[in-house]
Amino acid sequence: MTPKISFRNVRKTFDIAGQTAFTALEGMNLDIDDGEFITVVGPSGCGKSTAMNIAAGLTAPSSGQVLVDDAVVTGPGPERGVIFQQYALFPWLTVRQNVEFGLKIAGHKRDERRRIADHFIALVGLTDFANSLPKTLSGGMKQRCAIARAYAVNPKILLMDEPFGALDALTRVQLQDQLLTMWSKERRTVMFITHDVDEAVYLASRVVVMAARPGRLYKIVNVDLPYPRTEDMRLSSEFSELRNEVWRAVYHPAAAA
Amino acid sequence: MAVMESENTSGKARGIPLPTGPLAMLVINIVAVVFGISMWALVTSYGVVGLPTPLAVARQAVIQAQTGLLWSDALASLGRVFTGFALGILIAIPVGFLMGWYKVARAIIEPYVQFFRTIPPLAIIPLAIVTMGIDETPKIFVIFLASFLSSVVATYQGVISVDRTMINAARVLGANDFTIFRRVIVPASLPYIMVGVRIGLGSSWSTVVAAELIAAQSGLGFRMQQAQLYYDLATIFVSLISIGILGLIMDRIVMAIDSVLTAWQEKL
Repeated sequence: MTPKISFRNVRKTFDIAGQTAFTALEGMNLDIDDGEFITVVGPSGCGKSTAMNIAAGLTAPSSGQVLVDDAVVTGPGPERGVIFQQYALFPWLTVRQNVEFGLKIAGHKRDERRRIADHFIALVGLTDFANSLPKTLSGGMKQRCAIARAYAVNPKILLMDEPFGALDALTRVQLQDQLLTMWSKERRTVMFITHDVDEAVYLASRVVVMAARPGRLYKIVNVDLPYPRTEDMRLSSEFSELRNEVWRAVYHPAAAA
Repeated sequence: MAVMESENTSGKARGIPLPTGPLAMLVINIVAVVFGISMWALVTSYGVVGLPTPLAVARQAVIQAQTGLLWSDALASLGRVFTGFALGILIAIPVGFLMGWYKVARAIIEPYVQFFRTIPPLAIIPLAIVTMGIDETPKIFVIFLASFLSSVVATYQGVISVDRTMINAARVLGANDFTIFRRVIVPASLPYIMVGVRIGLGSSWSTVVAAELIAAQSGLGFRMQQAQLYYDLATIFVSLISIGILGLIMDRIVMAIDSVLTAWQEKL
């Protein structure tokens, strides 16, 4: 089976006057299967956001390439939905208009837009706020709206850049469960960036651990816990073993070769 | 008197626990204005500074209103402002967008904008009169310049301040450059544009009055200039107060439009 997303020796450097000043990402190779939920965790400067932006088509790699369904990524596209940490809702549009934004571009008719938007608004539990402006929503609600907006255009892939990073711990746990519920209903390939080790283990079937200076893929930890994930699992000894393994990899990586 | 009035009114507005509600503020506003006019009446009744009393000014205003002079002056001034201001905004907004969107356009236009911004619009009047004659054109041109310069900078600032993440969010939802411009850049820069419009209208209004002082056959500025020749202080006061009231009304209208158009903004 061909992977859904394939990083092929992806390298990103920032050059000053022809000299490599900073290596954000060094020769990354990674295959992500169709329908898989992987999380990417690592310290700041490990290139995890850079990797995601290259997959999203928002940043061009210095060398190497990212393939999606065997096609080289050259720019953004609606088959790859992106969810940003800062929500990036359009503040002048209501929740429903935000969710309909991509559908309008895709050329859906008015009734159909409304039907699809309302379906995903209901799925993230914002039906009562469909006509509200973002300024009236809490951080968690804003991010749920952004998730509905990304889902609405029916992407095959969801790229999430620390989506719950700005939320309080309780809201974060609630949104993790909601996201998994949604993912089990509307299966997509998910690449989820985080700096939270617990979150990384709880959500993923595989945790990709990255290291900094230079930014690189350091280790892949398989999470052999079945879905749906539950609170009991979160408190289990298997979970804490996995968590410790990821933790050690993140905070005490072996020096770069 | 004034104190008693305020007590009566706040008595009616029972239910507001502290006198900080909008109604209480309005009452305080009115009291402050009444107090100011009372002080004016008091000072002039002793003949301290040789100024006309409020009553004399009011009488003069009634005469001018009855003869229609006040209305024709106000209309002449307003007509100039709206023509110049509308032209200025109409051209400033696309130019501002162009400067914000295309770096080359910015590099071409910015030196001119920054240079002319440092010249007070009134300083252009002598040049405008010499090259454009003494009819309406030079006055409207100067007002156009005043409103154009303030609005173009505001629009351009608005475009370059649009959150990159918001543009990326539109892009990953499939938006092309044109869609991003129309659906993201334009609405996102609207609050900035409205600031420019407000400043532009203010500077247009002050410019028109000054321009009429220099060269005009009608308008509130012209009326003041005429009154000055005859030492007619009451007429000068009528014109000044009219200028102030009209300026205030226009500013409030722009503010009201702004608060409707940008109601989506998260205010701190």
